[in-house]
Amino acid sequence: MIETRNLTRRFGTVLAVDRLTLTVRPGEIFGFLGPNGAGKTTTIRMLAALIEPTSGEATVAGCRLGKDDNRLRRQVGFLTETPGLYDRLTTEANLAYFAHLYDVEDVHGRVEHYLKWLGLWDRRAEPAGALSKGMRQKLAIARALLHDPPVVFLDEPTSALDPEAAHLVREFIGELRREGRTIVLCTHNLDEADRLCDRVAVFRQRLLALDAPAELRRQLFGRKVVFHLKELKPEHSRALQAFPFVSGVQTVDRRLLATVQDPERQNPVLVRSLVEAGAEIQFVGELRQTLEDVYLRLMKGEVGAKHSPATPGSTEPLPNASPLREKGQ
Amino acid sequence: MHKVWVIARKEWSEVFRNRLVLFTVALLPAILTALPLAILVGIGRQGFGDAIATGDMPESFLQVCGGLALEDCTAYFLVSQFLLLFLLMPLAIPVTIASYSIVGEKVTRTLEPLLATPVSTLQLLGGKGLAAVAPAVVVTWACFAVFNIGVRFLAPPQVAAKVADPMWLLAIFVVGPLLALAAVCVAVMVSSRTSEPRVAEQVSMLVMLPLMFVLMGQVAGLILLNTEMVAYIAIGLAVVDAGLMAFAVNLFQRESILTRWH
Repeated sequence: MIETRNLTRRFGTVLAVDRLTLTVRPGEIFGFLGPNGAGKTTTIRMLAALIEPTSGEATVAGCRLGKDDNRLRRQVGFLTETPGLYDRLTTEANLAYFAHLYDVEDVHGRVEHYLKWLGLWDRRAEPAGALSKGMRQKLAIARALLHDPPVVFLDEPTSALDPEAAHLVREFIGELRREGRTIVLCTHNLDEADRLCDRVAVFRQRLLALDAPAELRRQLFGRKVVFHLKELKPEHSRALQAFPFVSGVQTVDRRLLATVQDPERQNPVLVRSLVEAGAEIQFVGELRQTLEDVYLRLMKGEVGAKHSPATPGSTEPLPNASPLREKGQ
Repeated sequence: MHKVWVIARKEWSEVFRNRLVLFTVALLPAILTALPLAILVGIGRQGFGDAIATGDMPESFLQVCGGLALEDCTAYFLVSQFLLLFLLMPLAIPVTIASYSIVGEKVTRTLEPLLATPVSTLQLLGGKGLAAVAPAVVVTWACFAVFNIGVRFLAPPQVAAKVADPMWLLAIFVVGPLLALAAVCVAVMVSSRTSEPRVAEQVSMLVMLPLMFVLMGQVAGLILLNTEMVAYIAIGLAVVDAGLMAFAVNLFQRESILTRWH
């Protein structure tokens, strides 16, 4: 649905986006992750034909960037970082205005559809400025959908929203996915990206990693199994280290942490080995690395290339080993 | 054209809900119409001949009076000063509207979603320009009509007849809209380079300076406005407007406005 090849943008001497090459598949939610100034907004502005790339090329919904930008603009919906509503105009007038600008055929019907969908039909005569932040954001997303675009760009859709409003917006994004739209999401909220995105691109000017969140976690950290023991002895640790498929063993309190690639197949072997070594296992769980762990690692430059495997025999500290992030087996 | 009209309609619904803009747009024409009528009422009570000394009038103005008696010519000299006040309206009103409608988009951060739509720069500026020029022209014409009616009651009939002569009609119905267009172009140019509506409005108001010079020149007798000169001004303004429009559209770089304003 979206393809970029060496997409680059400079502002004077500042390199905002450096040779970005990626593909976004139809119907997926694709996340752009990166720190402030990483070039996320610049990238989606280029892809929405708002600003021109310095070099490189891109195709969005079959439209070549820079060749037919007006047609491209009809193919994309764009939610800016702030809702950008006309506060003095009614909710209905806000949507109707953009429906006219997008040459929507049945303006009244389309506006009515979205206002009813948002539960705002009864408040259609109220000024947009009177809406709550969450509703304003939903209205802004609806505005981006009026012309039924196959591709939707959402720039920080839940930033500055309270948890309840953010939840509303995330549910709304979920509904868009069910409609089969391709959604490109720029966000700082890594938990949100983890929950919503099929794939994420982590970048800082240039692409650092691109994959499904779970796959990135696996590639960067492997999968970590936690054994809670009644009593931890050195031989228990040695029992696990004896297996070649165990790439790392760490101990924290009475817990053993083993990094493996395929816990479903390898856990029974490890459990048997620990029992034979005299360990009394109270509980077995999996330590969930979050997308934030992946992101921070990439940002610190600990892994430079995309699709980097976890370092074998890693002796990293137990990353914030909170029991809340363990998944029981 | 459809989108130009859509944008203009939206501007009217939005801008005229802004009390500050509404106040500015309504107050200035009200004052500029009421003031000359009030002066005419005051002078009328004294009698035109007693109120104005013939010596106050530049001698060159006699050419403009044609066949008017000296006393009527003196009265007409006074009334003709008001004509330039009516040309201030099409300059001041669009500047206020355009400044708020363009820079206002930046303040409310509505410009980016707007530019993401398939709207060309020409349509966008056309809509905003129409939204600023049309009220200015309508208000000026309406105020001129009110003034005309008032003059018929308050000034000698020969003087009242001169207010509807070709020079006035050319000034109000041709020069006025051309001035409004020039004002909008200047406001667009200034708005493209500033991020605060009031700054844009104040800087754009400088467009009134040339008219003020003409006003002072006429009072001092240095400039003598007649039909021919107004016609030349109209032609000159049309040329200037064409250049200003091209320059304003060229200066309104969607990309640099977006990246600079955020």
